Amino acid sequence: MSRQPFYQAMKLLLFYLKREYVKLSIWLLGLVVTTVAVALAFSGLYQSDTERQLMAETMENPAMKALVGRGFGLDNYTNGAMLSHEMLVMTMIVVAVMSILLVNRLTRQDEENQQLELLLALPLGRLSPSFSAIVVLFLANGLLAIVTTVSLTVLGVDSIDFVGSLSYSTALFASGIFFGAITLLTAQLSNNQRGSMMLSYLVLGISYMVRAVGDAGDLWVSYLSPLGLLQETQAYVGNYFWPQSIIVLISFIIIALSMSLREKRDLGSGLLPDRRGKEAASSFLKTTPGFILSLQKVPLISWFVAMLLIGLSYGSVLGDLDAFLSENEVIQQIIGSTEDYSLTEQFIAIILKVMAIIATIPTLMVFHKLKSEEVKGRLDHVLARPFSRLKVYMWYSVISLLTSIFLLTIGVISLAGAGVYVLDTGIDFMTVVEANLVYLPAIWVVLGVMGAIYGLEGKFDGFTWLYLLFCFVLIYLGDLLEFPDWLMAVSPFYWIPELPVDAFNIWPLVTLTGISLVLFIIGGVGFISRDIRQN
Amino acid sequence: MMIDVSGLKKNFGKVEALKDVHVTVEKGRIVGFIGPNGAGKSTTIRILLGLLRKDAGKAEIFGLDCYRDAVEIHKRISYVPGDVNLWPNLTGGEVIDLFIDMQGKKVAASRKQELMKRFDFDPTKKCRTYSKGNRQKVALIAAFSVESDLYILDEPTSGLDPLMEREFQALVKEQQAKGKSVLLSSHILSEVEQLCDDVVIIRQGEIIESGSLKDLRHLTRTQFIVETKSDMPGFKDVSGVFDVTKNEDKWHFQVDHEHISSVLSFLGQFPVTKLETKEPTLEDLFMRHYESDDKGGA
Repeated sequence: MSRQPFYQAMKLLLFYLKREYVKLSIWLLGLVVTTVAVALAFSGLYQSDTERQLMAETMENPAMKALVGRGFGLDNYTNGAMLSHEMLVMTMIVVAVMSILLVNRLTRQDEENQQLELLLALPLGRLSPSFSAIVVLFLANGLLAIVTTVSLTVLGVDSIDFVGSLSYSTALFASGIFFGAITLLTAQLSNNQRGSMMLSYLVLGISYMVRAVGDAGDLWVSYLSPLGLLQETQAYVGNYFWPQSIIVLISFIIIALSMSLREKRDLGSGLLPDRRGKEAASSFLKTTPGFILSLQKVPLISWFVAMLLIGLSYGSVLGDLDAFLSENEVIQQIIGSTEDYSLTEQFIAIILKVMAIIATIPTLMVFHKLKSEEVKGRLDHVLARPFSRLKVYMWYSVISLLTSIFLLTIGVISLAGAGVYVLDTGIDFMTVVEANLVYLPAIWVVLGVMGAIYGLEGKFDGFTWLYLLFCFVLIYLGDLLEFPDWLMAVSPFYWIPELPVDAFNIWPLVTLTGISLVLFIIGGVGFISRDIRQN
Repeated sequence: MMIDVSGLKKNFGKVEALKDVHVTVEKGRIVGFIGPNGAGKSTTIRILLGLLRKDAGKAEIFGLDCYRDAVEIHKRISYVPGDVNLWPNLTGGEVIDLFIDMQGKKVAASRKQELMKRFDFDPTKKCRTYSKGNRQKVALIAAFSVESDLYILDEPTSGLDPLMEREFQALVKEQQAKGKSVLLSSHILSEVEQLCDDVVIIRQGEIIESGSLKDLRHLTRTQFIVETKSDMPGFKDVSGVFDVTKNEDKWHFQVDHEHISSVLSFLGQFPVTKLETKEPTLEDLFMRHYESDDKGGA
């Protein structure tokens, strides 16, 4: 044991707060606003008990239980019960991610970047960094709990009371503390930032999966998962506080264990054996597309899983939908009413559009990697070798295009698969798949916009994300708010025929593909003739 | 005694990073710590800073244990690493203040200003925009703003331009004049030669040479260049003469220190038109060790 292990921890704490307060404010604001907005939206969308009870029935199937949790008070589905059922698990996961990122930044990341070395060469206790990071963790999650409790209470929504809100937000608090503590532990186990973060996410993923299995089958295994246990607070129904207490207690034990491990180990080392990397580049890595794909392996796999889950969850709710939709006027308005088709078919048309928007995100991300490579100066290594700019640009474009095709297909196959399984009415599997794939040209146009802006300027391509968000808003609210046609026409998704409902028409698809091609060419010409940025 | 290290051992798994390291730094001395990449310089320094735990031996600074009493020791030392990474969203000025503040000593603002001026450093930029040299300056300014008893510098000038390097050397000399001590690990042998009183050479985790630069020079040979029209029969057999090469009238050779006078009297027999001698550089010394060890297959 060294002397003065916590020396100057207070000073370090202030420094950490200074570093983190902007990021944490954004996280906390986002979390609180979302929670409040959802609470308000629920009470606005479902005004009568019967509407809520219908909603409860759609939630009462294994797929939904696996997705959002088993739910409590389903027989008396109040606004509060609905909020905690549909939002608690998801929000706990987001809080967990925030806490994992926070603790990882302040511990292993500083250690890996040798910033901890600079700090520990000053008169600072060896455990001061870990201790201060944990204090920041408690402050952030504590503040979140307080603000959430207060804001939910003051909303004055029927059945969302103080005790329920306190039980809800302390569950969020406990989730944040637990996964922050886990991250402090993984920071001692792995000898690098990425490894530590992956281990923490693994714990989070397993917690979610164990809970999903347990909830779907109403099994006790849910209690083995911290998320499953925290669900047992039954916010707005039972309002228990023992699950939070247990989780926070366990977190303290994990924190103490991590600190003693930190005290024993060398700076920069990890307790888990270092996996030996590959000695030579594989022949896959040596190809240009292989190299680009390898750089983004983890995000691509994550998106593959995400699209699969999104498809399955949308697909699995289709069965109970018709009855529910006919009751809900707001959603009817979003969908727009056509006499000839069932509401489910029209709903599918909307969902497919949303799926297409979601699939655009990874597509843009794959291309956007080119920019981050340029900005970080790593593109220089490639371009300084006999490697033409055009080749680099083309490969990134091609791989982005393939990503859009692949991920959209995965999403719609899982959606249609699950949909056909739950729907008794004969909605054809291939019809749904085709109805989704016709959106590809629209995705390509958005990608083309990014390609053109990036190619010409090397910056401002972030604008594309706003454009995508705008397209989403047009789809989601366009009919509801009765936007004019010329505004709707800005979105390429507007031009795509909504297949089960509209008739198939090849010309919009050809035109949009043509537009995206022109945009790509503009970007390519720009990219080969402009300066490659530094920093 | 400022630094007292002896019999120091450190293993990373099966790799013996340090086998037997002994380093001493006396008060008021500048000690150069040299060796090839991977020899164990940084490992030794990180043990001195209490960042790594030793497996055996003694590692003390100011008579205190480097691991157990790290906090006490760090109140009186300054450290500059060779690879400085900073927080991208803070400015250089903020980081310098933070480091000084954590050191816990009062520093006159004028001292900080003076150093920033000497290093031609703009503290208002975010760290993410600094080049390697500028990040290095942040660590140097923070370290030298504080009047520490001991400065531990691990390749502190990497990335600095020659002007700044000269400024750094002047700064080290000034601190020495105030009675401060320095441990300087470096690859730049000319820098070590100009600054250091003592030199410690490490190789594969072992100290292979240590002592004052003057003493070390005595262990090696002096370079001679002699010009004479006449042939010098039997010169190659004179004891203490090595590596004789002849290029027209010019003779190049090396002489052991204890044989210099006998060689000079031998040369006196011939009409010598020019005589040059060169002290061996640290580089000769360094290379001689490695070359001979390589041949030994160690």
